[in-house]
Amino acid sequence: MISVEKLQVRQGEFSLSDISLKLPEGEYGVIVGRSGCGKTTLLEAVCGLRPIDGGRICLGSEDVTTLKPGERGVGYVPQDGALFPHLSVARQLAFALVLRKAEPKHIQERVEELAERLGVSHLLDRMPDSLSGGERQRVALGRALSIRPRYLCLDEPLSALDEETHDEIYDLLVQTVKGTGVTVLHITHNKREVENLADVVFRMADNELSCER
Amino acid sequence: MQSADDNVVTDLPRFRPGSDKPFIVGLSILSGTYAVIIVAMIVADIAYVDADSMLSALRSKEIQYSIGLSLLSCSLSTLLSLWVAIPLGYLTSRFDFPGKRLLDTVLDIPIVLPPLVIGISLLALFNFAPFSWTSQWVVFEIPAVIIAQFMVACAFAARAMRISFDQIPTRYEKVALTLGCNRGKAFWLVVMPQAKRGILAAGTLAWARSLGEFGPILVFAGSTRMRTEVLPTSVYLEMQAGNLKGMLAISLIMILAAAAVLVTSRLMGMKRLAP
Repeated sequence: MISVEKLQVRQGEFSLSDISLKLPEGEYGVIVGRSGCGKTTLLEAVCGLRPIDGGRICLGSEDVTTLKPGERGVGYVPQDGALFPHLSVARQLAFALVLRKAEPKHIQERVEELAERLGVSHLLDRMPDSLSGGERQRVALGRALSIRPRYLCLDEPLSALDEETHDEIYDLLVQTVKGTGVTVLHITHNKREVENLADVVFRMADNELSCER
Repeated sequence: MQSADDNVVTDLPRFRPGSDKPFIVGLSILSGTYAVIIVAMIVADIAYVDADSMLSALRSKEIQYSIGLSLLSCSLSTLLSLWVAIPLGYLTSRFDFPGKRLLDTVLDIPIVLPPLVIGISLLALFNFAPFSWTSQWVVFEIPAVIIAQFMVACAFAARAMRISFDQIPTRYEKVALTLGCNRGKAFWLVVMPQAKRGILAAGTLAWARSLGEFGPILVFAGSTRMRTEVLPTSVYLEMQAGNLKGMLAISLIMILAAAAVLVTSRLMGMKRLAP
């Protein structure tokens, strides 16, 4: 379960206060709301990327409010995937495992397994600048899944894609994420994504978060 | 009530915005004139210097020493500048902290201060402890040349690094943090590889600044032949001796060094030298 209690974030003139959210284990939560209403701030706070001024964030039974992002076990995919421009696809997928000093054999197996699951096996030696938008998002998703996270935070992962690619990655999300036990928080502006992916919809407006099932 | 038809203009002649030519010609003349003057200056230098005075300048032991010291001091001050400018640029680009604006202003001081004043200020600084403990090995010695070059070059390098880091979106670090990096690892593994060109630009800028540094060196390191003489000092000393051709020959050496820097930076893929 992802649980946010009375979250407070102040940054310059922007602030969030008293935002609470509960997303049961294994469910797919979609956050919607106008640009600038604080959706990304909320998502980044869950990932540990945004310092918070008050409140509590729990993942499962653990209070992670003071934990570093890398200790939370949250996979994160930002809007354009943010693939590291200097690393090949294989090294993107291996990045987190190399950091954890995993066995080279284990890293290779995991990279191959992820690549196959996400349909990027033929791209392993390619650099990000030679990939299409859809391929980038596949790799970004694979990189986030490489640490076998229990929680996944997706910040408009499909918004920069053309319609055809959008559908392709959308199907991939349904196959690889939904129903696998991973708890997902997904920001989107797309109605179809809301209708088809969401178990729970969180609407953000005027510094308030409402929840619909 | 106004009808939709009222908005349709039918009886006016077709509007013509006028030619773009005068604007483009104006831009070209102004930009072209400046570029032509730059090239003309260098051509004039080359035309003025004959092969004999160039060779005699190159054969002179003093000039050879000055070239050697210039190359060495510029390279060392560039390394020192990058050593400081990279962390400084990253700190000011990524972190908000009390006094950040003050720090920004302080960093501009070496850029806006008259160079001579930097030399005088360094001289004053080395009268006070703990700097004064080292002044007999520093002031009017080779270390003074490097320090004087560093003080100015580093400010330019730090600005260049700040801009370079500003251009790298923070999203990469954010992803790296969620994957298990701490801030240091995210910097080394994700940001630094992307800042290569910025580092090259900052280094080139620092080197070129150091090469042309004169005022602070004159005041803080002196102009002793075969000791603290760098290329600009040589030009100054030749000028004092009334040797115009020798002075131009040395200037030409500096032009060649600067050209080498420009060509190298272009070959390494930099679009422009200064940010």
